[in-house]
Amino acid sequence: MSEDTSLKTTPLTGLWQGMGGRMVPFAGYLMPVQFPEGVMKEHVWTREKCGLFDVSHMGPAFLKLNDASLTGDAAHAAIAALVETILPCDVAGLAPGQLRYTTLPNATGGVLDDLFVGRPKADADQGTLYFVVNAGCKEQDFAIIAAACAGKATLTRADDRALIAVQGPKAVDAIGNVGDGPKRLAFMEFATVTGPYGEVVVSRSGYTGEDGFEVLIAADKAEAFVRTLLATAHVKAIGLGARDSLRLEAGLCLYGHDLDETTSPIEAGLAWTIQKVRRERADFPGAARILKELAEKPARKRVGLLPKDKAPAREGAEIRNLAGEKVGIVTSGGYGPSVGGPIAMGYVELAFAAVGTELDLIVRDQPRRWVVAPLPFVPHNYHRKG
Amino acid sequence: MSTKYTKDHEWVSVSGNIATCGITAYAAEQLGDVVFVELPNIGRIVSQGDEVAVVESVKAASDVYAPVSGEVVDVNEALAEAPEGVNEAAETTGWFTKLKLTDPAELDALMDRAAYDAYLAGL
Repeated sequence: MSEDTSLKTTPLTGLWQGMGGRMVPFAGYLMPVQFPEGVMKEHVWTREKCGLFDVSHMGPAFLKLNDASLTGDAAHAAIAALVETILPCDVAGLAPGQLRYTTLPNATGGVLDDLFVGRPKADADQGTLYFVVNAGCKEQDFAIIAAACAGKATLTRADDRALIAVQGPKAVDAIGNVGDGPKRLAFMEFATVTGPYGEVVVSRSGYTGEDGFEVLIAADKAEAFVRTLLATAHVKAIGLGARDSLRLEAGLCLYGHDLDETTSPIEAGLAWTIQKVRRERADFPGAARILKELAEKPARKRVGLLPKDKAPAREGAEIRNLAGEKVGIVTSGGYGPSVGGPIAMGYVELAFAAVGTELDLIVRDQPRRWVVAPLPFVPHNYHRKG
Repeated sequence: MSTKYTKDHEWVSVSGNIATCGITAYAAEQLGDVVFVELPNIGRIVSQGDEVAVVESVKAASDVYAPVSGEVVDVNEALAEAPEGVNEAAETTGWFTKLKLTDPAELDALMDRAAYDAYLAGL
């Protein structure tokens, strides 16, 4: 079978091919969409045990203040001020070792990407921020971040390393391989840990709705780390197919589908990512639209959808009210193995966004009855602090 | 009874003038876990190559084409309740439709098992 040589590989591509991973192009990378067990079993395994995902196609990076004379809180305040010109997140208010989920809005309040930003824990690392952005957006995002910080901070990409997500209720047992430090992290905390695999950045985060970790590790250490985890009883390699069904059940947005340059964070239900201090200052791109929608409610809203029958509805399916008028569109749709049936997310006009509202989704030209459902479809199982 | 195969990975098994149709084990394996099957109405007239059913995996929906022309005289209702039957036994109990043949000569142009196996080996 020939493979497109223009596709990028990750430090783990060879391992996945050897394990029978079905390799597909994804965001310019050759990635495993599933392993021989298949999406259904991989999904359920992750919810019950621990799934290991190669997410090295994503865009980790470090942004470091050029002015080395600043230290501690002053250094953090300075770097935060730079990126708050492009992010609606309260970066200044991050505690040492804290990670936040945020968006990169455009001038009209649409979303250019969703991403994680973190403040390192160590005193010596103040004045640095850790970013993880989406694979398909990383060139754009890194250019925007670099431009916002020109001359004042330097962006160093870390996408030559491996990024490995270890997700599920048994992830905390599996992660002991890199030392005891990661177990002490709470949800949305991260730390740099030095151990048998050199210096790794471990965050207690992920995109499956489960407890878990994401590990940024040197390319030449990645395979040994992954092989050690896969040799333990509760860990299996999981493909991007199950990653997608897990995140959809968890009600999480996939950029380019549930979020795009026309969607505002408020429509997407991501108002919680814009902290009070930033709303009051109203000084981020797109603030006019975003704050207006916060005050007056948006015209449309992201909702969860469950069917009355068994037919899945896919991205792009039209949503109609019971009078047959178009009131929205499906942005993610598939099958939820833990739900045991089809699930979907989409945007509907506000009048039809209440939980319990009956709507018709158009599947192969036929209306099928669905109901607006609360998100997430499966409760989050995060290890929250306290 | 002889079984023939298409390049789109459907199989058709003929007994008298009734053709039982389904997707091959290879197709089922490629699709992955089947979660939904949409079957045609009894009585529908289809031409060879028409979309006659839809099979959905966790990730995507795929059309199933009629391997021969005919009238739909039966569908496998068991797949509505248990679509995973396609993965478990694609080429036997996981059948989709029974067609009353209108042009048995169409069968001659389809592949036999040996030809289909050779076709798969070349993919």
